[in-house]
Amino acid sequence: MSVGFALLGLLAEGQRHGYDLKQQYQRRFPAAKPVAAAQIYATLDRLFRDGLVAPAVTERVAGPDRIVFAVTDPGRTELDRWLSEVETPAEYVANVLAMKVTLALLVAGESVAADFLRRQRKAHLERMREYTRVKTDPHADVLRVVAADYAINHLDADLRWIDTTLQRVAHLAKELRQ
Amino acid sequence: MTASEVLAARQIVKSYGNSPALSGVSLSAARGDVLAITGPSGSGKSTLLLCLAGILRPDAGEVCFAGQRIDTASESARSALRRREFGVLFQFGQVVPELTAQENVALPLLLSGVRRREAMTAARSWLDRFGVADLGDQRPPQMSGGQAQRVAVARAMVTEPEVLFADEPTGALDTLAGEQVLGQLTRVAREAGTTVLLVTHDAQVAAYADREIVIRDGLVDGTAAVPGPSAGQHRAYT
Ligand SMILES: Nc1ncnc2c1ncn2[C@@H]1O[C@H](COP(=O)(O)OP(=O)(O)OP(=O)(O)O)[C@@H](O)[C@H]1O
Ligand SMILES: [Mg+2]
Repeated sequence: MSVGFALLGLLAEGQRHGYDLKQQYQRRFPAAKPVAAAQIYATLDRLFRDGLVAPAVTERVAGPDRIVFAVTDPGRTELDRWLSEVETPAEYVANVLAMKVTLALLVAGESVAADFLRRQRKAHLERMREYTRVKTDPHADVLRVVAADYAINHLDADLRWIDTTLQRVAHLAKELRQ
Repeated sequence: MTASEVLAARQIVKSYGNSPALSGVSLSAARGDVLAITGPSGSGKSTLLLCLAGILRPDAGEVCFAGQRIDTASESARSALRRREFGVLFQFGQVVPELTAQENVALPLLLSGVRRREAMTAARSWLDRFGVADLGDQRPPQMSGGQAQRVAVARAMVTEPEVLFADEPTGALDTLAGEQVLGQLTRVAREAGTTVLLVTHDAQVAAYADREIVIRDGLVDGTAAVPGPSAGQHRAYT
């Protein structure tokens, strides 16, 4: 769903064709997973069917990547509604890290769980270093800094959880044995 | 010892009375290394830093700077070392409230006999490198925490130390102020080839370093205590 609104927002910034949209998406959301071209066109199709975007210019060259799309008035209204709508805080945390620790304690033992947590900590911190380098690069633009901040803070939440869990791992093992 | 090794600890043991704080910590830092020392509260990070900086004497083990034992060196040799080769920085920078920013930064140079005019010129250029040149004439009570801490960093670096020891240097600052201090500190240290030992419990701070040593219960995580009466009795206040 949010890819649809992302494209709507980028089209509200300026009308463009599909290929352009894909590039702009990566430029504006440098930390987001790139979207496949096929998904861009499928989403544009849906937005068009819903009356939220419409072809603005018909270029001579054929093919969907040549049609320039623009946001319609209903599209703009829908975009503005979405922009001011508060997101529901995630209710169910399907955390693969936590699942691994629980399962490791159940079937493989405390040392396997603790060792996993230590190695995961290393991997997380290494990733955090990469983002910190992005941030401290004197030529980094603010968009990248802000995206790096987001990633760093999410990694940090995991790291805090890893550290606390490492301190609780013996307790947790005991409880799961009962 | 490898050619570029600046600081080394071998099997350091340190107790406060009967309660062990370090049970056999070894580490090595090369010239220009930026090394984070992390771990839970009470694990022994600050104690380790004080032993490495020649401020505390370990009960057993060795601390070497540039290949020379410093744990057994005389008090005067140790204080000369701290003055010339080491910079230290704590959570609260301990800037002198009665002195201006520039005088604060010049202080370590003045104490080691540099003439006032020269010391003040160097101080100004270090304030400039940390982006607080405009604070030169102000005194700490007029500064924000972040500004005062940058003055403290400049003071720790003014002697161009071989090693900078920093214990939670941004612990009292908010994220953005901390970020500025850490960004500048690590950049300047990397340019100068200064080895940095950065104690923190905060992963976001540790991420400014090139690598990390985790201390847990008075030991480098995953290593064993040296045999002896203190082994395995560490009590952390977790
Ligand atoms: N001056 C002291 N006298 C007695 N005990 C001390 C002293 N300083 C530290 N300790 C004890 O030594 C152990 C290690 O303390 P240390 O301050 O080195 O931990 P730390 O890892 O720096 O903790 P924190 O993250 O809370 O600063 C703790 O159990 C602490 O209570
Ligand atoms: Mg401490």
